[in-house]
Amino acid sequence: MTETASFQQEFKVKGGDFSRGGEASCEIKNLLRDLGLDPHLVRRAAIACYEAEMNIIMYAWQGRLDLLVTPHRIRIIAEDKGPGIPDIKQAMREGYSTATPEMRELGFGAGMGLANIKKNTDTFRIRSKVGHGTRLELTIKTNGRKA
Amino acid sequence: MTLQDIRLLLGGELLTLGIDLETECLKVFASDLMSDVLAFSEPGSILMTGLVNTHVVRTACLVDALGIIVVQGKRPDTAVVAEALRNRVPIIATGCSMFEACSRICRSLPGNRP
Repeated sequence: MTETASFQQEFKVKGGDFSRGGEASCEIKNLLRDLGLDPHLVRRAAIACYEAEMNIIMYAWQGRLDLLVTPHRIRIIAEDKGPGIPDIKQAMREGYSTATPEMRELGFGAGMGLANIKKNTDTFRIRSKVGHGTRLELTIKTNGRKA
Repeated sequence: MTLQDIRLLLGGELLTLGIDLETECLKVFASDLMSDVLAFSEPGSILMTGLVNTHVVRTACLVDALGIIVVQGKRPDTAVVAEALRNRVPIIATGCSMFEACSRICRSLPGNRP
């Protein structure tokens, strides 16, 4: 990492803890807004974070969101220990879902998550190992854009 | 049209007392699927839903929704209302179905009035 970080913070996410789902993303959104970033960029980052956070809660045992803000970009790493994704290409397809009835009752599990994360970010990298977990590396270019 | 206009149109009750309803709003996104709200709603929309869990409030906050309309006579519990108050997101509860609520709003839009 050669860029100067303006801000960095890690948020722990517990798998299965539906009641707290979204808390980390709301906090991240407030932090980005307080840094004075463009509201459109803040919204994109918040949506990507929420989708990633809910994926950890819904499918993994534990995980974290790591937020790094530099003068030119927002970087989010979402990493979990969990079952992993056997077929990433299939999981990326809009509408493909392995959600349980509990997840659907909460309004999730439409099979939009990973595709929506990709849509809201400028770079999207995913690695997954079955039985170990999944790592997403996301960036949103800000180029210094302020509110 | 303001949130207050919409509340009156739907015979709705403001559950988050003290939050201003004079905000102008031009768009409504009606869905029970928060996944779809995250993927397709536009900033500055009102979120209309039949769900009453905390994820509705968090989703509304994250997508910059102006407020939440809960349809079908459902009422979120006090913890959900408290979360909305903390985030300054108004919740209006109405006995209308989602279809009826959307119809009433559509009919009242300029150009659609009889």
